[in-house]
Amino acid sequence: MINDATTIFKRPESLSETVTHYCPGCTHGIIHRMVAESLDELNLRERAVGVAPVGCSVFIYNYFNCDFMEAPHGRAPALATGFKRTRPDMICFTYQGDGDLASIGMGEIVHAANRGEKITVIFVNNAIYGMTGGQMAPTTMPGQKTTTSPFGRDTNLAGYPIRMAELLATLRTPSFIARCSTQTPMHIVAAKKIIKKAFRLQKEEKCFSLVEVLSTCPTNWGITPCDATQWIIDNMEPYYKLGVLKDPEKGEG
Amino acid sequence: MAKKLMKGNEAIGEAAVCAGALNYFAYPITPQSEVAEYLCWRLPEVGGAFVQAESEVAVGNMLFGAACSGKRVFTTSSSPGISLMQEAISYMAGAHLPVVLINIMRGGPGLGGILPAQSDYFQATKGGGHGDYRTLVLAPASVQEAVDLTILAFDLADKYRNPVMIIGDAMIGQMMESVEFPEKYREQNDPAESDWALNGAKGRESRILKSLYLDPEKLDENSFMLANKYDMMKKDEIRYELYNISEKNRLLVVSYGTMSRVIQTAIDEIGEEEGISVGLMRPITLYPFPGQQLYDEAVKPNIEKVLSIEMSVGQMVEDVERFVRGKKPVEFSGRTGGIVPTPDDVKGYIRKSLGIEK
Repeated sequence: MINDATTIFKRPESLSETVTHYCPGCTHGIIHRMVAESLDELNLRERAVGVAPVGCSVFIYNYFNCDFMEAPHGRAPALATGFKRTRPDMICFTYQGDGDLASIGMGEIVHAANRGEKITVIFVNNAIYGMTGGQMAPTTMPGQKTTTSPFGRDTNLAGYPIRMAELLATLRTPSFIARCSTQTPMHIVAAKKIIKKAFRLQKEEKCFSLVEVLSTCPTNWGITPCDATQWIIDNMEPYYKLGVLKDPEKGEG
Repeated sequence: MAKKLMKGNEAIGEAAVCAGALNYFAYPITPQSEVAEYLCWRLPEVGGAFVQAESEVAVGNMLFGAACSGKRVFTTSSSPGISLMQEAISYMAGAHLPVVLINIMRGGPGLGGILPAQSDYFQATKGGGHGDYRTLVLAPASVQEAVDLTILAFDLADKYRNPVMIIGDAMIGQMMESVEFPEKYREQNDPAESDWALNGAKGRESRILKSLYLDPEKLDENSFMLANKYDMMKKDEIRYELYNISEKNRLLVVSYGTMSRVIQTAIDEIGEEEGISVGLMRPITLYPFPGQQLYDEAVKPNIEKVLSIEMSVGQMVEDVERFVRGKKPVEFSGRTGGIVPTPDDVKGYIRKSLGIEK
């Protein structure tokens, strides 16, 4: 009966077989897979170039079967700009965390979006610095305890968490800006559609696209993986509202 | 091709086009903004790309991304802007990427001034950014040489897959001189032919361009791979010019860029008027430095002293001392802040060095 077997689920071609270094319960792996599936389904892998950030996903180039460059901290959108302007026929995406994109890389992301670079940015927001061991990020929630805010983020001193998707959606230049999440399978299915659309818009040479993905960090949040998904629902989602903020195909670009 | 009268900054822009370098990223800064003003219309004529970046930090990183394509990419800037690019230059060196950076130097430190200076010798020749790396550094002394060295810089960047920097003072950028470009303009590099560029993992393993090596053995290996390239440069790429070298020389002056042209006038005048014979060595590659050649000239028995004359407070003089290896006294004279010593000033430096009263 083996001949009747049909493959209905397999590793995307865009993902390599390397085992990731991510902690148990971290959703980077899921987000990698959604990006890889999108590249496969849109037939983009062979002309895709990724830009790796500095942060937990610094080794993303080991997990993908496409070309990659490794950026200095926060500068991925500038590298993507340089590459895409030089090779407009290629597909270029960055994959950045919240320390990388919303802190040290704030200048590069705002200007890349404002120029309308035809690149795709996957922005993974887990409200903390992961790789360096759990320090406060610009996205850390008010009152959230981190190694550099042991009594909780004090908004009098550190301000409020930056809502990157909203900030970028204020720019006049047409773009696709959305926020999605990973806390349940239903959210993941929705996120996949959004990520795929972001890549499709680049394939069609339409506009800059950025997808913010709310993600877990059980290790540095100091809770279990299951509690971590609930933590997104209880703490992040009310502040970081899910949805499409700007869509050129809906006259909102 | 007929000679043209051109401003240095614009001639540098055209030289890049001539070299098939059509991807340019820049941020305005005096005294070189004319390059961007020229290329912003010139590059679209030839199918090139120009991005006016939001900062020099972004410029450096746009170059990094663009260089990964295998095409020729470059920027022009001036001292404070080059400082901001050092992060990316270090990364590009570590990732073995060809890129050309042109620094039309002004006086520093800090915001300094906007007039000609040679204050960035250390930064250009000793690394500039963090880590074990070097940039190959070329120093033109005329607008024509700025054109020739710009074209050469792209060849050398491709040859060694390493950043190449041209340092010219503001005089090189701002003055007009007659220049001639090669008849034949070079085509852009074809990214499809590259065996290292990111051109799509089609029918091959994916490629990664990076400077991250957490395994100390691998980092050590990459760093010595870079060092081997620098050794090859030292063997094959040293360029310099000698002027008025003779057995009558009492003094050997070492100088580069615009300063060296003023010195040539001073050498002619002091020879004719006062019978003092002085030779000049002008390094064209500042890294690798023509150290052995300098040594060979300096140890000649007729040479009493070696004098480094710079538009700085004394930077190259440290290399001059290093290569003369204590065989002759080494001295320094110069001005900075935008003051270009005149031939009379230089004659004064020469007399002072030789202990001649006038």
